[in-house]
Amino acid sequence: MSQILHLLLDLLVIAILLVGIHRFNSPVSARFGNQLASLALALGVVLALWRSGTQHPLLLAAAALAGAALGWRLAMRVTMVQIPAMVAFQHGAGGLAAALVAYVELVVAGQGPLDVGRLSGLAGLLIGAATFSGSMIAAAKLSGRMRPTPLILPGHGPATAGLLVISLVAGALALGLHLAPEAILVLTALLAVAGGALFAVRIGGADMPVLISFLNATAGLAAAACGIILQDRLLIAFGATVAASGSILTRVMCHAMNRRMAKVFAGHQGEVNWRPFEMFHKPQATPTTEAPAPVAAPPAAEPAADPFPTAIGALKEARRIVIIPGYGMALAQAQFNVASLATRWTELGKSVKFAIHPVAGRMPGHMHVLLAEAEVDYDLLHEMDVINPELGDTDVVLVVGACDVVNPAAVQTEGTPISGMPILEAHLAKHVIICNLDRKPGYSGVENLLYDDPKTLLLLGDAQKTTASLLEAFTPE
Amino acid sequence: MTDLFFAVVVFAAAFAIGDRLIRRVPPMLHTPLMSMTNAISAVVILGALALLATPRPMAQQLLIGVAVVAAAFNIVGGFAITGRMLKMFKSEGTAQRGDGA
Repeated sequence: MSQILHLLLDLLVIAILLVGIHRFNSPVSARFGNQLASLALALGVVLALWRSGTQHPLLLAAAALAGAALGWRLAMRVTMVQIPAMVAFQHGAGGLAAALVAYVELVVAGQGPLDVGRLSGLAGLLIGAATFSGSMIAAAKLSGRMRPTPLILPGHGPATAGLLVISLVAGALALGLHLAPEAILVLTALLAVAGGALFAVRIGGADMPVLISFLNATAGLAAAACGIILQDRLLIAFGATVAASGSILTRVMCHAMNRRMAKVFAGHQGEVNWRPFEMFHKPQATPTTEAPAPVAAPPAAEPAADPFPTAIGALKEARRIVIIPGYGMALAQAQFNVASLATRWTELGKSVKFAIHPVAGRMPGHMHVLLAEAEVDYDLLHEMDVINPELGDTDVVLVVGACDVVNPAAVQTEGTPISGMPILEAHLAKHVIICNLDRKPGYSGVENLLYDDPKTLLLLGDAQKTTASLLEAFTPE
Repeated sequence: MTDLFFAVVVFAAAFAIGDRLIRRVPPMLHTPLMSMTNAISAVVILGALALLATPRPMAQQLLIGVAVVAAAFNIVGGFAITGRMLKMFKSEGTAQRGDGA
């Protein structure tokens, strides 16, 4: 009887979580969804304490309070540009917790037949450890503590795969063959840490959304694996839900770049570029893919005519304007100017829309959050599939800090790295105004054909300044 | 063996239902979705609780303690930042759009 009661309680908690996730189908109900999900997790903790109590209440309370205080502090301070780095860091925290729990559980289980429990515990240890190090690398890249471009070592792919396989085999042997398991388990965990780090360093720039989604899935998988060795239904179900979410987002991101996952993770998109002394650097010198930081020197060959008056003229006449923001806008912190421009133009009776490419930003949906922070009404944000048919009727497309996602080479040229990638078809509009830092190609390295289009006006330089100049032209005295 | 079977069923069912629900989440909410599921992945704190239900030697206490700090950090940070982000989403029009793909 009581077993059935416990099963029902577990199912109830899982149902609350699933309803919470369901509420994420609209921005209005998502807040309630978030509360339901946190309620589900809190109920899980209460149930666990009620069922088996704890022998270490002080340790538990102190550790939980310390972690919660750190988490709260960080969550209240972080800006929306830093969100991907923070989420990556948290994937790492989840991976670390899973690896530690799996390790202790394996030590407690001791030596014995290599049954499903021990194997899944080993999986939890390895996946958790690799998620931990991979996420730390991702967080370092996203926060600018590490060079954000891909870093490829000699023999990178085989080395990564080899490390992960060796750690799996060594762990299985340690558990199955009655060797000293603790020492070997620690060793296998360290191998997995190295493997995860190697896996992550070769991914960079515009591929980060794929990596961060993938780490979301592996963090969930590690939790579910711990659930199997512990025979904990809630742990398995919650972990599986996260794994489902992470794998969907991984696929969505790959699809948006028209790249297969294997190509992102193990592609030969670069030569070996191992330069140990350039791996780390001061954050302010961040060279980025779509729009390198303002530190870089402006191009020497400035066009003779000042494009600003023409641009302002086109914008003044325009009735329909579409703004295409890219990650460069966020790096230049230009989103607040852009939001003011949109408000101003709407007041002047123009139709203003934002066109969002699925991989604009550094994680899935990042651009929406950046614009929400700048108080842009989310009704103005339009997904690529919706806005593309309207771009032909648009008077002015304003591109701010975006490059690859508007490069017509993706649809017009065969055989480039971005050929076949769905793009926002800015080249169809009557006028194109581009506020990018320079004419350099984006992350893909493909020259942007849009820059040479006769209807394009390039306002090169720090997007915060160029958008401020535009804003000035539209500010009534 | 039945335990294993049960574990697989729970995993598969949760994965399948989660998959169906998450497909409906519009791209606009993908970042909050990920930071929320990120908090959920720290459910592994239940594993730490289970281990602390019986007396543990000092070394294990230390490891589990670190796990609890990391998991609590992840849970509180994840839900708090998700709430903060969702509060920023504003719309003048009352009309709700649900054009997820």
